[in-house]
Amino acid sequence: MLKSLLAGMGLAVMLPAVALADCAEVSQGQLLISAAWSRATIGTARPAVFYVTIRNNGSTDDRLTGIETPVAGMPMLHETVMTDGVASMPHASDISIPAGQTVSLAPGGYHGMLMDLEEELKDGESFPVTLKFENAGPVSVETAVLPLRAREAACGDAP
Amino acid sequence: MLKKIRIALWVAVAVSLVGVGALLWRADRQEQAAAFKPEFSLPDEAGTVRTAEEFRGKHLLVFFGFTNCPDVCPTTMAEVAQVMDDLGPEAEDVQPLFISVDPARDRESGLGEYLAAFHPSILGLAGDKAATKSAVNSFKVFGDRQEDASAPGGYTMSHSSSLYLLGPRGEWLRQFEYGTPADDIIADLKGRL
Repeated sequence: MLKSLLAGMGLAVMLPAVALADCAEVSQGQLLISAAWSRATIGTARPAVFYVTIRNNGSTDDRLTGIETPVAGMPMLHETVMTDGVASMPHASDISIPAGQTVSLAPGGYHGMLMDLEEELKDGESFPVTLKFENAGPVSVETAVLPLRAREAACGDAP
Repeated sequence: MLKKIRIALWVAVAVSLVGVGALLWRADRQEQAAAFKPEFSLPDEAGTVRTAEEFRGKHLLVFFGFTNCPDVCPTTMAEVAQVMDDLGPEAEDVQPLFISVDPARDRESGLGEYLAAFHPSILGLAGDKAATKSAVNSFKVFGDRQEDASAPGGYTMSHSSSLYLLGPRGEWLRQFEYGTPADDIIADLKGRL
């Protein structure tokens, strides 16, 4: 009984540590970047995706103007737009990160589209993405590769 | 006097029976008129032409998409995979279909392998231009090529993003708009299966 209780406590301590490995947080200036994730790819023919959560704790607005990553020759910011149930995916020239707000690049909205993949993205691995902000400058974040059928970041939405 | 009342009552019974019959007949006619049955005739990866008719008896969960789509399509297929996992034994009565709106490219890059990464039950169909157009039109949905110099291959697709549910007689039942959580789809399906 005591043994299993101890084992349970051990597990409870370990689980957050495991989850954290997938959920790197980076803070730069007033910005907190978290929950960066992508989906595994099959080969390199199809574009991959990039999702992330950006919290602006400051009192001045910022803008995400682009992304860069060694795994893709042509990474771009896109926005999924629904018009009468029809999805299209226009290029987003920049994404506003208003003061005091959290902006998520998440399924069905803003996302990074990683084109011209240099390598297959494998479940369980990670790769760096540099986010370019107008005020805060470049911020690099480690991006967790989740299974192709993942629906959200392994750590959930950042607060 | 009593006899008159009895006759009157029997007349009332007869009238109401005829009335109920007429109502039932009308309801049936309306149901038949309302039964919208979308059709398709498209090859699977092995080249076998699959049609709506062969899936009679099952519920069909149909999505129109393309595999170069990084956001909406994998997100929806992930929901479908969750639905199929969580339905348990009742999953046997549901067939998920992915109809490619970008069939030439999807055939080349391997539609089956892509869909299997989500769930082995998802059947991918990719026909020629005419058969694809005809399926899109029959479902009264939308899938169109958009030139985009910055996209891979110089184009992308805009497409209807809902999941469409057909019943065991091939009749249109409803759509699940993009973003409907797997749990809501499961709850709806469980009420029908």
